Amino acid sequence: MKQSNAYVIGFSVACTIILGAMLSLAAVGLQEKQAIARDLDTKKQILGAVMILKEGDDVAAIYSKRIKSFVVDANGDKKEGVVAEKVDIGRNYKMSPEAREYPVFEFVAEANPSEVESYILPVYGNGLWDRIWGYLAVAGDLNTIKGIVFDHKAETPGLGARISDKEIQQRYVNKKLYDDKGAFVSVTMLKSEKGNMIDEHKVDGMSGATMTANGVNRMLKAYVSHYQPYLDKIAKSKATPKETPVMDSIQMNIDTTKVVVDTTSTAKLQLGTNSNNNN
Amino acid sequence: MAETIVANVKPAEPLLSKRRKALIVDPLSSDNPITIQVLGICSALAVTTKMEPTLVMAIAVTVVVVMSNLIISLVRNLIPNRIRIIVQLAIVATLVAVVDQVLKAYFYDVSKLLSVFVGLIITNCIVMGRLEAYAMANKPYDSVLDGFGNGLGYSWIILTIAFTRELFGFGSVFGFKVFEAIGISETGWTGAAFPTNGLMTSPVGAFLILGIIIWVQRYFNKYQEQ
Repeated sequence: MKQSNAYVIGFSVACTIILGAMLSLAAVGLQEKQAIARDLDTKKQILGAVMILKEGDDVAAIYSKRIKSFVVDANGDKKEGVVAEKVDIGRNYKMSPEAREYPVFEFVAEANPSEVESYILPVYGNGLWDRIWGYLAVAGDLNTIKGIVFDHKAETPGLGARISDKEIQQRYVNKKLYDDKGAFVSVTMLKSEKGNMIDEHKVDGMSGATMTANGVNRMLKAYVSHYQPYLDKIAKSKATPKETPVMDSIQMNIDTTKVVVDTTSTAKLQLGTNSNNNN
Repeated sequence: MAETIVANVKPAEPLLSKRRKALIVDPLSSDNPITIQVLGICSALAVTTKMEPTLVMAIAVTVVVVMSNLIISLVRNLIPNRIRIIVQLAIVATLVAVVDQVLKAYFYDVSKLLSVFVGLIITNCIVMGRLEAYAMANKPYDSVLDGFGNGLGYSWIILTIAFTRELFGFGSVFGFKVFEAIGISETGWTGAAFPTNGLMTSPVGAFLILGIIIWVQRYFNKYQEQ
């Protein structure tokens, strides 16, 4: 059977229109659902830095209850009118560090929403093959790592891709970002995997994935220093509590905990200024 | 139109006649797309590190093969012969894009895992192969059965590979730690941890398992190289 050129052209045009319509219908129809799924995934990652989520947990509910988010600029000042969850870290990464927006996610205590348990900071950088990113949770003392999550686009499966394993991320827990004098040293992943936990600034490496580990180290170092102005500001505000003591027994209790927090963060404030001098 | 005329002339073939059963059963073993026709190898190696993404991939490929077989078979007499390959490709690509969109909306975690491989279903030779070899020349219902059979043939092979790879590479099946559950772990009866096999997590492991499957299958099928 031989078809005329007109038929062939007509068929292709009809084909294009029908298939194109199907595609755009699917894309537009599922757009909302996809945005929700993406959103939930980000929230899961953020929460994953500080807690272990179980199957069936209502991520959105936990998130809205425990996370308070805002955006700061390179000087550590809060930026109004920007939604922290909407900040595209990858796009910001391409700008100069001074121009970027830095989201901060505060993980607050279940009982007392004004008490911040840890500060969750996004980190972003390059692995061996492509980009890597994650969320670093720093405890209230602004030094101890409460938890960390990493994800990656294209690290080698079984080697560098292991950064997204809980087992590897667990190695960072309780490590310290600053030394005794308060100078920033970051936490470094070593070359080779020996199973020993050397000191509080080093974690065991991943066998066969030194290049990815280097990327992780660079990423942590860069982003903690980007957030340094903001971290210094929290340390300062913790050193001078604004609340006036109230003669209420419950309030008194909170006050005493604040005093305890005070002493540690005063020390940290000095540490903060030290590290500024170093810069 | 043509079908009703044929149906009037001779008694209708039963829904699952012997010939139609063969359409489904043959691709499972004696005419398997992966082990006999050696098509779709790339995805068989790439996505089979764990059971969950593999299962999704198997379902996705089966859906795409069945749907594209059906659509092509329905319009087979309309498709101009000179541009038939590009028309097939356009239809397959559209179906794959829709599957990808659905995964992104409802199975976000899995779509992250599969990432680029969903898009690569387009180039999965099984899909194009079935269109060109079967759907272009056969009726819609037969084409659907043929697509389904080939989808299943593809599925059971990659699921077998994934089962072996996840079991020995990660010590788990569908994320469930099998060896820990039966006591072979650091605290288990041997006193030694189950050593996971790094070879299984790399594509080389899939090659070896695929080779073994082909070997076993040829032994049972009394395959002879011509």
